[in-house]
Amino acid sequence: MSYLPPWEQVWRVLTLSDFNTRVVVVGVALLGMAAGIIGTFTLLRKRALVSDAVSHATLPGIAAAWLVMVALGGTGKWFPGLLLGAAAGGLAAVAAVLVVRSVLRLHEDAALGIVLSVSFGIGIALLGVIQQMRRGSAAGLDSFIYGKTASMLVADAMLIGITSLVLVVVAVLLFKELNLLCFDAAYAASQGLPVGLLDAAMLTLVVAVTVIGLQAVGLILIVALLITPAAAARFWTYDLRLMTILAALIGAAGGFIGAGLSALVPRLPAGAVIVVTIAAGFAVSALFGTRRGLLRLLLERHRGDRRIRREHLLRAVFEQVEGQLGATPDRAALEAGAVSRSHLALHRGWTRQELAAALRIGRRESWLQPAAESELVRLTPAGAALALRIVRNHRLWELYLIRYADVATSRVDRGADRIEHVLEPELVAELEAQLERMPDAAAVAASPHALAPETP
Amino acid sequence: MSWTALDTGIVVVAAVSAMACALIGSFLVLRRMSMMGDAISHAVLPGIAVAFLVTLSRDTAVIVVGAAVAGVLTAAFTQLIHQVGNVDRGAAMGVVFTTMFALGLILIVRSADAVHIDVHTVFYGAVELAPLNDVVVAGVRMPRALLILGAVFAADLAFVLLLFKELNLTSFDPEFARATGFDSRLMHYALVVMVAVTIVAAFESVGSILVIAMLIVPGVVAGLFTRRLWSLLLFGQGVALVCAVGGHLGAITVPRWFGLSDTSTAGMMTVVAGAVVAVALVAAPERGLAARALHRGRVALAVGREDLLVELLRVEERGAPAPGRRELVREEASRIAGRSNRFDRSVALLVERVRGRVRRVGAGFRLTTAGRRLASGLLRSHRLWESYLFAEGDPAAEVHFAAHQLEHVTSAGMRADLARGAGATDPHGRPIPDAAADPTPPERSSRRKA
Repeated sequence: MSYLPPWEQVWRVLTLSDFNTRVVVVGVALLGMAAGIIGTFTLLRKRALVSDAVSHATLPGIAAAWLVMVALGGTGKWFPGLLLGAAAGGLAAVAAVLVVRSVLRLHEDAALGIVLSVSFGIGIALLGVIQQMRRGSAAGLDSFIYGKTASMLVADAMLIGITSLVLVVVAVLLFKELNLLCFDAAYAASQGLPVGLLDAAMLTLVVAVTVIGLQAVGLILIVALLITPAAAARFWTYDLRLMTILAALIGAAGGFIGAGLSALVPRLPAGAVIVVTIAAGFAVSALFGTRRGLLRLLLERHRGDRRIRREHLLRAVFEQVEGQLGATPDRAALEAGAVSRSHLALHRGWTRQELAAALRIGRRESWLQPAAESELVRLTPAGAALALRIVRNHRLWELYLIRYADVATSRVDRGADRIEHVLEPELVAELEAQLERMPDAAAVAASPHALAPETP
Repeated sequence: MSWTALDTGIVVVAAVSAMACALIGSFLVLRRMSMMGDAISHAVLPGIAVAFLVTLSRDTAVIVVGAAVAGVLTAAFTQLIHQVGNVDRGAAMGVVFTTMFALGLILIVRSADAVHIDVHTVFYGAVELAPLNDVVVAGVRMPRALLILGAVFAADLAFVLLLFKELNLTSFDPEFARATGFDSRLMHYALVVMVAVTIVAAFESVGSILVIAMLIVPGVVAGLFTRRLWSLLLFGQGVALVCAVGGHLGAITVPRWFGLSDTSTAGMMTVVAGAVVAVALVAAPERGLAARALHRGRVALAVGREDLLVELLRVEERGAPAPGRRELVREEASRIAGRSNRFDRSVALLVERVRGRVRRVGAGFRLTTAGRRLASGLLRSHRLWESYLFAEGDPAAEVHFAAHQLEHVTSAGMRADLARGAGATDPHGRPIPDAAADPTPPERSSRRKA
């Protein structure tokens, strides 16, 4: 890791001024793009690991193709011939998975595992045979297992790039149908779409990407190109079109950066660098994704917690005032009443810190104002309005639980406490209609249970 | 072929590793985590590399610890991405193991001067070389691989025996396990650790490909033949043994047919595993192709026999002359409802003659008394169903076909129920045979058709 390439060299790779590098890097980037798009469909169809079985099964295909070519008098080095063999192996694997799964009624997982391991074993056995044969040239056959981007021939890279472009075009042409297939296969079938044929088309695309990607990243890591960009894109959007575009971009960027880096730094396996680059993209997406990212989830939880705390604060003030008056306060009474901080803390069972945090929120949102004595706080008009609404929701829900859910009166406070925060306006209206009471929107029913702890 | 002590050594090492994998892998299969074997076997690579880089030792214990940590990390990350990110479990696994594998590759290639891990050997395995590396333990000379694998096999066995009840519970009925308050996550990670340790111990001697096959295939095949955990595990051991012996035999014989020396034993073992799956595909009880074909054939024959009897009764009813063989064996869709063909009909005729329900009269065939009793029961079912369906509003022209299917699955009790609403004739005006003609239910009538 100590070796840093000179700046001009970095510049040459980044600007693609070197012809060989340009072809290889662009070819691999296009491969990443095609894999990203096709992987989106397999991910949503919950078939992500099919690519793993397919990629392992290309090995016996390649070995068999080599044997056939040598038997026909060639050297076995003809690249398109090997790729055809790989494709045949991949398609056979898909068929085998379907047969094993449907005949033996196995879980897809087990069917994939069987096909993957057995076909790879056949490949290894065939390679063992090939390595002892005197005819032909077996050198480089196992480069398919780990990939060899750095030493890829320009012609190979061009083949990869052009085939990837064709696959992208095919996937885009089939976009609408595949979209429907992924989201609701049953609906797609009812619309007269040939679901079986579409599934077959999707799996053929998977086989095609796997086959052309073998030499670039190797058969174990090609799986990552088909899974990771799509899984990363899902953290950003629910829209399939956007997700596909994002997956294509992540895949392409991974290919570009990975192939570029391996051209710059000696002894850096390109396939692995591409995969790690894409994985970095996945990690960033998983953390910062705007739809399902971890950060967003935490933020939402935090916001939810804050809202619940502030609602508890306002309800506590309301119930304190109610206790002082001995009756349900209306809005004016609520604004006039002042409550003591220590009683508030006691009322909700808050610690000093929790009370301070709640009061801070109340003051920042200007729902609370200090009263004459420093120990006391009062609701502002805005705070009083909000408190009325919150308590109303709480008590509506309590009444509903008592009346319709057969919850004991002494227990409803807990249940209502949990659910009041998520009551939508429509639900409130429905509750009111069901309970047939309180026509005046500002009115609050008396609490159906004693307010504990006893207010002074 | 010449079998030497070396061959014996190879087979023993291969068998022990296959049996260890089969034992622990059966639980992966039962928990529908088969691909976890594949994922972990790739993902242990960085664990091995890091363990080596940190300690600079090739000690097996160090490598096993590194692999176990990597295995647990794989399982934990997969779970995290699956649950928090709401990503499909398979995809989450794919993301994790490819990333770990890539990191492992980079680590190994970048520090090739310090790390002497031959990726090639790790993945293909060199079980052929395992017997050459000997150690002496307590005065006994044995291959080093056998010592390690034997220890791991013993550990797996102890794990399974000690936690048999818990494994059984969480594998077959995880919901029930959760309901009884049993924390199945602990079991999950314990299993993952055992899998990772087994994988890495087997890697050194037999390679990853074989490991994946031996983790999955024995469990799957055994599961097709039995559902009891004890017998499933034993059956799996048998499959592993067959693969080991058959694989090595294949590796040293098959290439010779083509004038070559031999090929990878590990590779041939997975080929044998594939052959075992193919055999199971055909021969498995219930789900196998043979069992299904047999079941279909038996149903077709049963239906064909019943149809034959009823047809002869109808001929008697019409007062027509006894039909000849040619007439009885002809294909007639409406009569046999597409269930049996000419072959079934001739077999049916043969069987019914042997059973004494049909006898030859001149050039034709007639029912015997026993045959008539069975046939009138069936015809009674048929016409009762016709009456019932007609009463329910089906057109008279259509009730025959439904009744024809139903007559084969109608028990005496059902006939009694149907008879309550029926008159003396069916909707076509033909008499319904009375119940007295059929005191006992016909042999096949309660059997489900499909």
